[in-house]
Amino acid sequence: MSHPISRREFIRKGSKGMIATALIPYFFKADPIHAFTIAGDGAQNLQHYYNHFGVDEKLIRQVMDEALSRGGDYCDLYFEHKVSQHIGLEDNDVNRAYSNVDFGVGIRVLKGDQTGYSFTEEITPKAMKQAARTAANIANGSANVTPQELKLREHPNYYPIKTPWEMVKIDAKIPYLQTINSRVFELDPRVIKCNVYFSNGTAMILIATSEGVVTFDYKPMGQLGVSCTAEQNGQREQNGFNLSGRRGIEFFTPENVERIATESVTRTVALFDAVKPEAGEMEVVLSAGSSGILLHEAIGHGMEADFNRKQVSIFSDKINKPVAEKFVTIVDDGTNPNIRGSINVDDEGNPTQKTYLVNNGILESYLHDRISSQYYNVAPTGSGRRQSFRHVPMPRMRNTYMLPGPHTRDEIIKSVKNGLLAEDFTNGQVAIGAGDFTFYVKSGYLIQNGELTKPVKDVNIIGNGPQVLKDIVMVANDFEMTEGGWTCGKNGQSVPVSMGLPTVKVSKITVGGVNS
Amino acid sequence: MKNKSKADLAQWAMEYTIKCGADEVAVSLSNSREIEIEFREQKLEKVKESTQNALSLNIYTQKRFSSHSTNDLRKDALKSFIEEAVASTKYLTADEFRTLPDPKLYPKDMEKDLHIFDNGYDKIESPDRVKIAQAIEAAAMAQSDQIISTTAGYSDGMYESVKVHSNGFLGESRSTSFWAGAEATVKDGDSGRPADWFYAGVRYHADLPSPAALGQEAVKRALRKVGQRKINSGRYTMIVENRSAARLLNMLISPMSARSIQQKRSFLDGMLDQKIASDKLTIIDDPFVEKGFSSRFFDSEGIATRHRVIIEKGVLRQYLIDNYYGRKLGLEPNSGSATNVMLDYGDQSLDELIKGVDKGILVTSFIGGNSNSTTGDFSFGIVGQFIENGTLVHAVNEMNISGNGKSFFNQLSAVGNDPYPYSSWRMASLQFDDVEFSGL
Repeated sequence: MSHPISRREFIRKGSKGMIATALIPYFFKADPIHAFTIAGDGAQNLQHYYNHFGVDEKLIRQVMDEALSRGGDYCDLYFEHKVSQHIGLEDNDVNRAYSNVDFGVGIRVLKGDQTGYSFTEEITPKAMKQAARTAANIANGSANVTPQELKLREHPNYYPIKTPWEMVKIDAKIPYLQTINSRVFELDPRVIKCNVYFSNGTAMILIATSEGVVTFDYKPMGQLGVSCTAEQNGQREQNGFNLSGRRGIEFFTPENVERIATESVTRTVALFDAVKPEAGEMEVVLSAGSSGILLHEAIGHGMEADFNRKQVSIFSDKINKPVAEKFVTIVDDGTNPNIRGSINVDDEGNPTQKTYLVNNGILESYLHDRISSQYYNVAPTGSGRRQSFRHVPMPRMRNTYMLPGPHTRDEIIKSVKNGLLAEDFTNGQVAIGAGDFTFYVKSGYLIQNGELTKPVKDVNIIGNGPQVLKDIVMVANDFEMTEGGWTCGKNGQSVPVSMGLPTVKVSKITVGGVNS
Repeated sequence: MKNKSKADLAQWAMEYTIKCGADEVAVSLSNSREIEIEFREQKLEKVKESTQNALSLNIYTQKRFSSHSTNDLRKDALKSFIEEAVASTKYLTADEFRTLPDPKLYPKDMEKDLHIFDNGYDKIESPDRVKIAQAIEAAAMAQSDQIISTTAGYSDGMYESVKVHSNGFLGESRSTSFWAGAEATVKDGDSGRPADWFYAGVRYHADLPSPAALGQEAVKRALRKVGQRKINSGRYTMIVENRSAARLLNMLISPMSARSIQQKRSFLDGMLDQKIASDKLTIIDDPFVEKGFSSRFFDSEGIATRHRVIIEKGVLRQYLIDNYYGRKLGLEPNSGSATNVMLDYGDQSLDELIKGVDKGILVTSFIGGNSNSTTGDFSFGIVGQFIENGTLVHAVNEMNISGNGKSFFNQLSAVGNDPYPYSSWRMASLQFDDVEFSGL
């Protein structure tokens, strides 16, 4: 049910609410390797996707005829088959497994910037035509567009993996959880509880448009993470760490498994000594990596062109204007190898790209879907994404990051008189129109006279997007992309994203704390 | 049995799962229909119609547990799905606490009408839906010449489910819901484009407020934000408007779960029958509220819901105990989730509360922020109005509140008389003294 709260734009970390499994999915069984090897003979692979969904070009064009029968000027079909699996360890045992299978086709009809949408979970000619007729009703005339002959649009693969998840049985995953659990308890005697989870998913998608584009993608995702609780003198603290990406099981090397265990323990026990900072505005240094959450909230959402088309974004009138110092360049990129927010093709069938939001301080491009790129008469940026076949595509971020700048991390920290170093984050949110954005700092440090002093925890930071861009006064050369499992929510739809940042200094921003 | 074909399929899935080797199984089968309409610039922006199905299985075999769901209900597909689900469960570690709930916990009587299904649902035609959205947009646009954009929305849905457990539970539920309202963005000089929304949600179509009221309220709320700015950091009295107060109360409800207690992630661990909040706070979980958004006879595990006082005049009276973590803790399960969350309401309206404040902030929404259920620490961004001498002076934004849930609820000094009707958490406006605000 659409609920107003779900319309808010936010981002969150971790795997909460993720449904998943322990199966070799039956529907991939027939020919998993074929589905997996999208490189090679494109036409042959397309045939495989047609067979998988039990459709062919003739049927697709018949469904499109129905979809355009009321005078719509464009339609597309989005077939999806997705299996998610999740296993969890708690109280030393791998004692839970979850799986979810999702199968269906979404049919979208556009008339100018108006959208008609329907979907069906039964991929039969009858059900698809019925859904097409429902979506067709966004228009109220008679057919004037004929669906074009379908031509395969091929694209590079930005997420090659060695072993498809369909080939990994539950018993192969269990030892990863047990190893991490043992390490976590070994690493620090103060640990009293440890939860480990392993999630993976595979989606096969097939997209066909009335303009004659047909394309497909095979989208893997893996995530391994820990949450632990430690106790010292009656005080308890909880924290965690996870690695996620469009990866196969080979990504979870012994080194990465060790890193997950170590980071989760280090980050938890560090909180015992943490304090609350003074309330109010101060200098804030953002550590390289997941601090990219700043960009996601301060500018990323505001650059999604649906908001600008409706003039409701604070960035609506700022294209080609200076918005930041010259050393600030911010991109949204779908091409980073195996990174969580990467996409080979967007959910409207357009190739992905690296889009410059801010180039040397100048606001350069919005993120477009089909509707907005037509409205602005620009080329699509490959940013039309959707949660599933149940949802309409919208302009969304992929991996949002800032390119390295001229300063060093040491220089930046030394330059701070009284401020905060923000290191680890859990979630953020933005009000698109007013530009207020927040992000929640799980841990960091106070900086006094150029030195890191006490650790801090559980602090919300709030600022205004355009103002904070202006207030980015230093950018270091130590860029890092975050590898955690970030999920972005917008209008009730969740999509995986990532982000990155070099160490950055913001001259002033409001930090939640205590008043002396 | 109201829905025979669905019950038959659930029964078949249950029997087949047992045949495949499971000791026990819980099957849930649901279907829903939803229609959503958005109206903008005097035309339809979006129409979406959908029907969906879902089947889920909780499998218990040799004390091992797994849970699986699918939307592919073709019998052949379901057979393979069930076979693999059962087979994969065997790889897990046995856990003595994994069983279906004791049948004595299942509800005895499910006959009362909770009034959560509108029999008129089928008679609503699509043009009626469009007309409502259109009228809301027109009312919103007529409200002010400062509007940059407004999108009106209408949606309705029907949800049905059947639940069958191999140890003797059979439950059905059926509900409808209707939502309508708008979002509005307004001009504010060069300093941003404040936006707000107002949506009402009800179980019966006839209970929706008039389109005019919905459109006007959304615009009124957006206009109220014009000129928003932050003020000095400090300790102020805070009034939280009813529709946003659930965010705060959730800081108390979430650590009450048996899982949080058993996993030592709750700052309420060991606090049963102790004072954790001011006398003004009484929280009641009432599953039988007529037309309530969470009204139900049984929870997701089939356990009978019950009317219960969770916090009584500031004293914690109950944890929320599900089947598995209840067994782990050696506590009798009482349903692990809250339903309709009600308060012991006060006698002052929001306006009266505001009149009583010398210097404070009315929080109309939270933005971002989080709370830590293990330690109680919290910090949230806020948007609202600055109150001086009992009147609203100007809009505020870009500020945070911070504190710790262990002590924060002792600062609750008044509960309003205005339960928010469009949510299962019927929060009233709440007043807290000496709250840490950070701004300038």
